[in-house]
Amino acid sequence: MTASISVSYAECSARERLARLVDTGSFHEWLPPSERVTSPHLAQLGVPSAFDDGVAVGRAMLAGRPVFVAAQEGEFMGGGVGEVHGAKLVGLLQRALRDQPDAVLVLAESGGVRLHEANAGLIAVSEVMRALLDVRAAGIPVVVLIGGANGCFGGMGIVARCADWVVMSDMGRLAMSGPEVIEASHGVDEFDARDRALVWRTTGGKHRWLSGDCDVLVEDDVAAFRAAAIAALDASAPVTLERLEGEHALLATRLRLLPDAVDGDEAMALWTRLGVADAARVPDLDVAAVRVLRTS
Amino acid sequence: MDWNTLATALFGIDHGIAQDGDVLRGTVRFDGKPLAVIGTTNHAPIGVRLALAQARAVLDTVAQRPGQAILLLIDTQGQQLRRRDELLGINRAMAHLGMAIDFARRQGHRVLGLVYDQALSGGFITSGLIADACDALPEAEIRVMRIPAMARVTKLPEAMLSALSQTNPVFAPGVANYVAMGGVRALWQGDLPAALREALAHAPVDDRRAHDGERRGGRRLAASVVQRVLDAA
Repeated sequence: MTASISVSYAECSARERLARLVDTGSFHEWLPPSERVTSPHLAQLGVPSAFDDGVAVGRAMLAGRPVFVAAQEGEFMGGGVGEVHGAKLVGLLQRALRDQPDAVLVLAESGGVRLHEANAGLIAVSEVMRALLDVRAAGIPVVVLIGGANGCFGGMGIVARCADWVVMSDMGRLAMSGPEVIEASHGVDEFDARDRALVWRTTGGKHRWLSGDCDVLVEDDVAAFRAAAIAALDASAPVTLERLEGEHALLATRLRLLPDAVDGDEAMALWTRLGVADAARVPDLDVAAVRVLRTS
Repeated sequence: MDWNTLATALFGIDHGIAQDGDVLRGTVRFDGKPLAVIGTTNHAPIGVRLALAQARAVLDTVAQRPGQAILLLIDTQGQQLRRRDELLGINRAMAHLGMAIDFARRQGHRVLGLVYDQALSGGFITSGLIADACDALPEAEIRVMRIPAMARVTKLPEAMLSALSQTNPVFAPGVANYVAMGGVRALWQGDLPAALREALAHAPVDDRRAHDGERRGGRRLAASVVQRVLDAA
């Protein structure tokens, strides 16, 4: 009776998540911490570096099938993408294109570009996008899992939406700019970053599920993420003109549903207009109850 | 440079590019061939609406004009910093724009980015940085953030960042730094039509930016780290 104990995905480190997500003992890391591939830029700034630059990459088995995996460590610089961190992701994706694993799993937890080396990070994120889309075009599914405490923001929020399949927990957040950045730019009336309920209604897993921005909504539980990853092993969805037109129509429709400011809560207004019954109850419902509310 | 001045220099006074709000769109003739032009002006913040407007133009080009080259004219202050855009999935809309551009490339369209005024952060990732190649005018501004803002966010002394930025292009804004890091392929100096002609003829279709950054000395590790992952036992 050991399998029934729930382990919070959000509270795990990147390596703990990897160890529990893939088949036991199967993770083999490339450029592990012992090789000390660190950021030269952080060293120049006198900022502590990490021996893995905040991301672990390698191969593993998932339900007996070969996969490539990457896990970003939110505790190190918020999972920010610098030159080395980004290059490790690009290397993993290029290797996937060469070696053809059954899937690539990205355990994303990132504030986006690492501002200490922002110029290099920005270019690196775009290199990750291109490399990811190469893998996707080859018919190898790229699955992004989001459930870390730091969320998936900035360039990594864009990268996530370039993937074939997105898994989120209700603890997870997926967006572009963080609430603090928006509040600093346009004031607390625009976005009160300390209003946690508002932050989750705007960027959290339940909202992303109801609006179709993630493909699966799971509990904050590593076993649930593992099951969702296994189910996604054949989720390859190559980009076609038809698929892009469908995506365009979905986003354009959503924009028309909420064209201007509304009275009351905008998230609940959007859910209601998406056809979600009793939208005001969503924040209080558990994952299983929210899962059945999605209308398309 | 004002977009109309640029367009006139490249394609003549009757260039055929129209401005609709902050969006630029048109089909021009260059060296006797049609070229789709898609872009933004007024340092536009890229929100859901503008990302979709540009994606529409890209998808129309792919559907209606197979193989036609696309020039992206870039002038953006970055992503729109509004809660409503976040609620509506701005990251998804920007990914959609980037994927439309990437799809055009894969369908055989040459896609060139040109930063003619300014390019910041998220607004740049899903335009010029996902094209086949991105060039810039010498007077263009490219950055994530300026050094004073970077000092605030990182809690590092501004003087130290300024000093380090003299020798490490990673730390400071500037189009020359983006060239050194390989993010910008080349600067268009002097004869602008000649520069466009050269870009259409010689811009790579594969991603060589990490190698360019290594060769130019501005981003020394990216290419070798990628290779080490490829070679790791």
